[in-house]
Amino acid sequence: MSDTPKSRILVVDDDTSVAEMLSIVLRSEGFEPVWCAHGDRAVNTFREAKPDLVLLDLMLPGKDGVEICREIRAESGIPIIMLTAKSDTIDVVAGLEAGADDYVPKPFKTKELVARIRTRLRRLTPASPERRILQIGDLEINVDGHTVKRDGAAISLTPLEFDLLLALARRPWQVFSREQLLEQVWGYRHAADTRLVNVHVQRLRSKIEKDPERPEIVVTVRGIGYKAGEPAGQ
Amino acid sequence: MASPSTLATPGPPITRHISPLSQIGHRVATPLRWWARSLPLRVVSTTFVASLVVLLLGGFLLMEQAKAGVLAEKRQSAVAEAQAAINRAQQQLYAAGATSGNVNVVLTELAEEVNQRGTTSRQYYVVLRGPVSDLRQTAGVKADSVPQALQDRVLADTDGTFLTYTTVNYSDPDQPSQPGMAIGSTLFAPGMGSFAIYLLFPLTEEVNTLQVLQQAVVTSGALLVVLLTGIAALVARQVVTPVRAARLAAERLAEGQLDDRMVVRGQDDLARLAISMNHMASELQKQIQQLEELSRVQQQFVSDVSHELRTPLTTVRMASEVLHDAREDFDPLAKRSAELLQTELDRFEALLGDLLEISRFDAGAAVLSPENVDLRALIEDVVRAAAPHALRAGTPILLHAKHGCTAQVDRRRVQRILRNLVVNAIEHGERKPIDIFLECDDNAVAIAVRDHGVGFEAAQARQVFHRFWRVDPSRARTVGGTGLGLAISMEDANLHGGWLNAWGRPGRGAQFRLTLPRRPDTILQVSPLPVVPRDLTGIQGATREVTRTLVAVPEQDVPVPTSDDAAPGQAEESEP
Repeated sequence: MSDTPKSRILVVDDDTSVAEMLSIVLRSEGFEPVWCAHGDRAVNTFREAKPDLVLLDLMLPGKDGVEICREIRAESGIPIIMLTAKSDTIDVVAGLEAGADDYVPKPFKTKELVARIRTRLRRLTPASPERRILQIGDLEINVDGHTVKRDGAAISLTPLEFDLLLALARRPWQVFSREQLLEQVWGYRHAADTRLVNVHVQRLRSKIEKDPERPEIVVTVRGIGYKAGEPAGQ
Repeated sequence: MASPSTLATPGPPITRHISPLSQIGHRVATPLRWWARSLPLRVVSTTFVASLVVLLLGGFLLMEQAKAGVLAEKRQSAVAEAQAAINRAQQQLYAAGATSGNVNVVLTELAEEVNQRGTTSRQYYVVLRGPVSDLRQTAGVKADSVPQALQDRVLADTDGTFLTYTTVNYSDPDQPSQPGMAIGSTLFAPGMGSFAIYLLFPLTEEVNTLQVLQQAVVTSGALLVVLLTGIAALVARQVVTPVRAARLAAERLAEGQLDDRMVVRGQDDLARLAISMNHMASELQKQIQQLEELSRVQQQFVSDVSHELRTPLTTVRMASEVLHDAREDFDPLAKRSAELLQTELDRFEALLGDLLEISRFDAGAAVLSPENVDLRALIEDVVRAAAPHALRAGTPILLHAKHGCTAQVDRRRVQRILRNLVVNAIEHGERKPIDIFLECDDNAVAIAVRDHGVGFEAAQARQVFHRFWRVDPSRARTVGGTGLGLAISMEDANLHGGWLNAWGRPGRGAQFRLTLPRRPDTILQVSPLPVVPRDLTGIQGATREVTRTLVAVPEQDVPVPTSDDAAPGQAEESEP
């Protein structure tokens, strides 16, 4: 990773040891950590520090992680990775639904966390010459500009949602399984939590579909996964 | 299939086929069951039968006594009547004796005369026996109404008067025969010898009386039986209704409606039953609430412990990794310490994870999330992940499968079961090849993992699934299982409605068989694979399997199999 300006990472965790250890690890990996220990101060710190990515503990004194996640998401699309000690509870789904891109269960391996962070900071850049403008349904995707337009009006997507849409739009003939999407968009090598895909497809649909109940752009293929809808007018 | 008797495991229930014989048994059993189930039915029918018996007996005795009484009276009057008639006849005979010459004429006249008296009072008929041994009956009755026994006795004893019962047959064929009494005696005619006289008393009146009485007894008896049965039904209902109410209350209680109480009416035993039931219900409710509270507290506690342990563990883990990454810069002792710290942390984490998983099963919080899974691909994934272990242990792994099998299962859980089985086989396989069999039918899919290692006693086939159980407590773990793997696997299999069976013999290896229903709602009947390894039973699958080597050990590492168990194992691998 050659991010010339160091990526700034906001760590929101009330446990000082974890936070300090995270800072050491992140610094050694070439990131610039900023720490916030209290839920009530997290959003303010986020506004001041303008981080490139947020590591967010779900259980915090004051405002809880899910609420912070929702507030940050309301004003920014920056990657949010939840850190959670309770991976099996509905907290995870609540966090994902509040807009978190990914989650890492505690205790995690440093390499795993760093891989997650790098995946979220990296953007899907076209590997080979390809069309700069993609069509999916009645949407127009500008690959370089990271913008999505319907009838000329821009739709605001988080980078993750954009990547998800782009992954489907690049191969409109292919049906993607949840595992394939986890690998392509989230960078998981081994089978991981497919709830990630489900929740984010729902979030994406709520933004891009005319009727999220009857999706036309991200279509469910029963028993397999998802595929891109037919380009409009063809 | 292996014969079920050889199963030394918490195996599948043996399916029973319903035979025609047992169907007949069903038809007989239904009323019997009804009888056994209904207390009022039992009370009512018992009362019915008992009162019927009592009334029959009573009626019989009553009739017997009435008959005896009526007959005794009749007998008395008949005897008196007969005596008088005979005396009169005797006197007449003496009086006539001097004048008349023909005995027959005399007798006929005498008979007519006596009979006249008898028939006018409608009391008796007369039969006379002359000396020439012919019976002379008077009009209306037949001579054969006099029984032979009486005739014999009268002949034998000319001084006595005898009485017996008989049937009076009338000469008029339209008149039915009637029971009656016959009294016999001997008349003496001076100069003409003696001859027998019989008087027949028909019991018409008495029979009529007794018939009326009998009718009355039968009618009142039948009425009494019906009434008694009705009363019994009423009483049974009175007792059973509260008992039923108690039963229903108990059932509702069992269904979890702990607030349900019985209505207490009065102060009798049934009211006390209701009070006891209610008391029991409230005690039960209290206990259950306590247990629920405990369980909730326990779950919360486990959840909190998990969180509290995981947070410091996160720090320790990261710190250990930093040290581990920098270990080349340390002196040898510190370096080794950093390595040990790292590996033991892995173990600690695995143990914590497994403990939490077990506690989730214990709390009933485990949920199945089934999806369509290609099990052959899943096996290959698991073996690929375990390949480093297998290579380090020098254990080849072979997969025997005819075709792919798909099933609606929870991918994560099945993967975990298979990983546990494979790692377990590598750990205990003593570098001998591990065979994995995959087989499915319409309802079930089975995966068996066979190793040829140390094995275990047949009696331990259940214990291997116990938490923290070890084949040999002194044996060191090489792969570093937590001791909870098979226990969790068993829970995972149960959650699917599946089976996990173990087979083992010391020195001959072990086989673990996982059987899962292909759809979550089906109930397993039979497993497509036997519990006992095929290489020992010699029973082969129906069609030929394709064997693939998933993990090959480089030539020089292949251990030489010992002669006793290698031969059958290799025979199976040589499928084309």
